[in-house]
Amino acid sequence: MRALTDILARMRQNRAVVLSGGLLATIVVVSIIGPMISPHDYLQTDFDNLLHPPSAADMRIFGTDDLGRDSFVRTMLGVQVTMLVAIVASVVSLLIGVTYGAIAGYVGGRVDAVMMRFVDTLYALPFIFFVILLMVAFERNFLLIFVAIGAINWLDMARIVRGQTLSLREREFVAAARLTGVSTARIIFRHIAPNLIGVVIVYVTLTIPQAILVESFLSFLGLGIQEPQTSLGALVDAGVNQMEGASWMLLIPATLLAVILLCFNFLGDAMRDVFDARSSR
Amino acid sequence: MSLLKVDGLSIRYGDVTVVNDLSFAIDNGESVGLVGESGSGKTQTALAILGLLPAQAEVSGDISFAERPLLGMSEKELNKLRALRVAIIFQDPMQALNPFVRVGAQLRRIVLQHGLAVGEQARARVIEMLERVGLPDPERQFNAYPHQLSGGMRQRAMIAAALMTEPELLIADEPTTALDVTVQAQILQLLEEVRKDTALLLITHDLGVVAGNCERMLVIEDGELIEQGATRDVFARPQHDHTKRLLNAAPRLDRADIPASATGEKILEISEACVSYVEQGHGTLQAVRNVDVRVRAGETVAIVGESGSGKSSLVRAALGLVPMQSGRVVFCGAPLAGLVQDRTRETRRSLQLVFQDPLGSLNPQMQVTKIIGEPLLIQGPDMPAAGRQKRVTEMLEKVGLGAAFLERYPHELSGGQAQRVAIARALILKPKVLVCDEAVAALDGTVREQILGLLREIQLESGLSIVFISHDLSVVRAVSHRVLVMYMGALVEAADNNEIFGNARHPYTRALLEAVPVPDPEHPGGKATLSGEVPSILSPPSGCAFHPRCPHARDICSAETPLPRTINGTSVACHRADEL
Repeated sequence: MRALTDILARMRQNRAVVLSGGLLATIVVVSIIGPMISPHDYLQTDFDNLLHPPSAADMRIFGTDDLGRDSFVRTMLGVQVTMLVAIVASVVSLLIGVTYGAIAGYVGGRVDAVMMRFVDTLYALPFIFFVILLMVAFERNFLLIFVAIGAINWLDMARIVRGQTLSLREREFVAAARLTGVSTARIIFRHIAPNLIGVVIVYVTLTIPQAILVESFLSFLGLGIQEPQTSLGALVDAGVNQMEGASWMLLIPATLLAVILLCFNFLGDAMRDVFDARSSR
Repeated sequence: MSLLKVDGLSIRYGDVTVVNDLSFAIDNGESVGLVGESGSGKTQTALAILGLLPAQAEVSGDISFAERPLLGMSEKELNKLRALRVAIIFQDPMQALNPFVRVGAQLRRIVLQHGLAVGEQARARVIEMLERVGLPDPERQFNAYPHQLSGGMRQRAMIAAALMTEPELLIADEPTTALDVTVQAQILQLLEEVRKDTALLLITHDLGVVAGNCERMLVIEDGELIEQGATRDVFARPQHDHTKRLLNAAPRLDRADIPASATGEKILEISEACVSYVEQGHGTLQAVRNVDVRVRAGETVAIVGESGSGKSSLVRAALGLVPMQSGRVVFCGAPLAGLVQDRTRETRRSLQLVFQDPLGSLNPQMQVTKIIGEPLLIQGPDMPAAGRQKRVTEMLEKVGLGAAFLERYPHELSGGQAQRVAIARALILKPKVLVCDEAVAALDGTVREQILGLLREIQLESGLSIVFISHDLSVVRAVSHRVLVMYMGALVEAADNNEIFGNARHPYTRALLEAVPVPDPEHPGGKATLSGEVPSILSPPSGCAFHPRCPHARDICSAETPLPRTINGTSVACHRADEL
């Protein structure tokens, strides 16, 4: 099992992975445990303490919002939702995009042409319009946001993966595998896919922040997460309205959003090295 | 007085010493060969002389050119010296020429920059130089872009550029390694003709090239000069063990280490094979036309030809990696499906391939154990993992690598080790036919010998048949029972090893044999008897494809395509085979 131990060893040696991964893990853990410890609830309104500034007293460490709800608990909830959206959307785009792109690239010819023209057609749809239509046609729910974001992001992924696959399938190790009787499916998943990891990881790390931003943007427009649920984007939106009197309502979620995005970017860059067997020793 | 004097030169990158305490001198007008295997520090030495090493290299020692120390010279002085008095030719002329500037303009720039001539005279001077290096139709080539020239012509243009300022020293770093053997002979001959009083430092791994072109030679190993002297003396009486090893490893044309012919039953028959590719915008490219190949059990059949002769296309089509336009492949008496994925599991395991680039043929993300074990897993999914592991380890030991290599990744292997792994993967299925497509071309001489020895051993042990594709006739001489010679997609001659090398009938085969540099200063070979280069396969000549380059061509040669006929056991496709 040298492959796995190597990856773990490289992860431990890589400072960017340790630091940004550690910070992200801390944020996630706090976002889950925080609301449990806090005496407050994300729904509970406290009309005596509207727009209460952050203070240690009474556990109002992030203050309260304009409805008197506890900002700490709401922000932690926002982190959970944002991370979930980002990760699910990226996984969706990763699975669809890599499979689709690798098949189109490896099989080639007419199959490739048809598959990629389909991608081109989807590309031509205006995204925001598409999302608004979805929101109007169906009830607004969590799932829909994942689907909308994933459905857009896999297009880029498929194109990138296809391009890489086109060059990989001409490599001699693929010819050698064909000669020994390896099936097409196994060639795609065992020989082509692992060699795509470098590109895919880099692209996923661009997709995660992108998904977070899209979700924030949708929530900011009022198309995303609905009250009383919240996300970092929705919190920033609410914060903008209270910017003058209660700057913490904007600054805290905005800072967290920025930190999370930066961590993902650094992490992705470092993960490319970690997953590439060629970088060992 | 020496022109160039290198004294105690050492080059280090951090802790790694690539050149250690190297001293030698070159006199005016002398030709000196610098020989060593890859990674021995040949190119680093050349770059140090030119002051072109990267900034992180630590250089110590002295280099002086015409009594002036080069190390520590200002960049400006160095530039002037490089431009006017020392020139270099690299292995790959495509990378040395600017692809966006016409060849003539690149050469004229040199003339103008050094004030050798101005205006219309500069152009005339370039054209005169292009003529001197034997570029056909220099007026037209003046306006050509580098990609419009063939490899040999580009190297000629590079030589023209290097000699434009009539330098005192010309450094040629593997100038012919990327070229076909007939073109190599032309270029080496040209270098000798045009350099006049220019001293030559010829860097090469090929002892044959040194034997034919250098008065003196230097041998380096791991950055250290281990032997130097007159070429004749070194070849006749090598002092150092490594030099002896290099000389022993250099294959030669005058002996074959293999029994005359194999008499096993026919196991692979390729008949009337045609392969064509559709090139977008260029029409159809007929890579292989009507080729027949028979392989007997335990026999090594070599297919020889220059680049573009169709030898790789032929075997790839036979193996089912590319579709065959027409023709049949019969294996053990049964016809095979066209593409490999349509063939039965049994035939797939029986035909295996080893590639030229050992690293490219191993998946960089898989460990050696998985690479060698995968064919077993595919062919026999029921085999328990432990049994598979045991077979893989046995196979690794058989190819001369131990269990220590099981967990390695391809990038942790040297070229020779990677090629052994590739051979192990091909052989673990116990194939009947192993195709080696230039399998030793990328390896150093000593490693090449080991790999060839390994293949021979396995053949004797298991009766494996080998189809050996190579452009290198000296390797073919050493390993094959029968030799097929291809030119522009067609078979021009097919005969037993001794017949081909002792009594070649086709003019092309003869020219190929004469062009091979032989590591023997008394009879160096490397004669350029053919002019020109292989024509474009997109527009092949009429009649016999070889007639435009053939010294014996008659009218019939351009009119009719010669059919192969058999003379004394040799199959030869030439109209004049019995007169010549």
